[in-house]
Amino acid sequence: MRSLIDILDFTVEELEQLIAVACDIIENPDKYSEKCKGKKLATLFFEPSTRTRLSFEAAMYELGGNVIGFSEAKSSSAAKGESVADTAKVISCYADIIAMRHPKEGAAYVAAKNATVPVINAGDGGHCHPTQTLADLLTIYREKGRFSNITVGLCGDLKFGRTVHSLINALSRYSGVKFILISPEELKIPSYVKKDILEKGNVPFVETTDLESAMPELDILYMTRVQRERFFNEEDYLRLKDSYILTPDKLLNAKKDLAILHPLPRVNEISVAIDSDPRACYFKQVLNGKYMRMALILKLLEEAKR
Amino acid sequence: MNIDSIQNGFVIDHIAAGCGMKLYNLLGLDDLDVSVAIIKNVTSKKLGKKDIIKIDAVIPLDFDVIGFVDPEATVNVIKDGKLVEKKAICLPKKLTNVIKCKNPRCITSCEQELDNVFVLTDENAKVYRCIYCETKAKLS
Repeated sequence: MRSLIDILDFTVEELEQLIAVACDIIENPDKYSEKCKGKKLATLFFEPSTRTRLSFEAAMYELGGNVIGFSEAKSSSAAKGESVADTAKVISCYADIIAMRHPKEGAAYVAAKNATVPVINAGDGGHCHPTQTLADLLTIYREKGRFSNITVGLCGDLKFGRTVHSLINALSRYSGVKFILISPEELKIPSYVKKDILEKGNVPFVETTDLESAMPELDILYMTRVQRERFFNEEDYLRLKDSYILTPDKLLNAKKDLAILHPLPRVNEISVAIDSDPRACYFKQVLNGKYMRMALILKLLEEAKR
Repeated sequence: MNIDSIQNGFVIDHIAAGCGMKLYNLLGLDDLDVSVAIIKNVTSKKLGKKDIIKIDAVIPLDFDVIGFVDPEATVNVIKDGKLVEKKAICLPKKLTNVIKCKNPRCITSCEQELDNVFVLTDENAKVYRCIYCETKAKLS
């Protein structure tokens, strides 16, 4: 059974097919409005995530399907001690496809191994969040028209930021991509990402703590939030949370066609004054996420039929 | 038990010095009611120093564990006091329930019934990663 746990589960060609389907959905929404009629998506959210859950639910409704599920662990059988494996087996009896978020890393993998329907990883702790990467890719494609020959600045929490790791993984498969990794020392990209992805793939990258000096070079600026829930120590979180705040004056040296992305929710790392700047793409990114989730649901349900 | 010779069992030789106890623990030898000798820091022409484990019993030996701890180790099978076979040891591709994932955020940290499985992701650097969270394995 085909599932999506990690963005690397899909080839570059498959990702490009998904993007093509998503673009077709944008152009011809009516064509897709009954594609999932009679199908059910189960959204199993063991930790709260309004945005991702609603995006999946909106995606399924726009495909003409239905949604069942829960939005926090305490309203699920996990509160009674049920394992992820058992939950996946049980929900497979009710739904045609599962989207699951869980605070523990590898939970989606366990679900996929035990479910008899496709499983989509909607985030497993600090590990993977492939559908956010799908949203990021469609946004980059729609803003730039390409994935090759771009300089991508990733800024903020690069240590725990799973969206960052997934995006690096996805974009490293294209030629001419350069990364500028902007973070405080304590939140630098993990060494395994550097060694196993960037160095192994001969992908050029620079590490810096200075956002403003990197700005003129960037085609994409991907801002991230320092996430309280990833820290065991509150003091560390408070010390690092305001490391980078993007304000209009910091964009003075930026390219005119820079695209600013953010997986959202933001706290204060992008000033609201940026929202009206045509280079702000983070709300478009949210919409793109829904279209990519629609394309993904269609693909996995189609493959499950075979 | 005379540690110079055993009758029926195994001699795990050429273990990198300092790894003998780790191997003893991971093989679960402390749980067995058989004669086992660990000889540490033996002078070796090949290694300078090495550890040796002698087991005077025919037990089910997990060669993957030996390969994980030290793929350069050798295993001699002893029968009726004589060497009858030298087993080849190699780096295993997969380890199941040999070591535990140390990542507190890993699903295995809260779901105890899951197998702890690690796969070899970099043969040259001998890197094993948890199949669930991809955290690098730590031996100690």
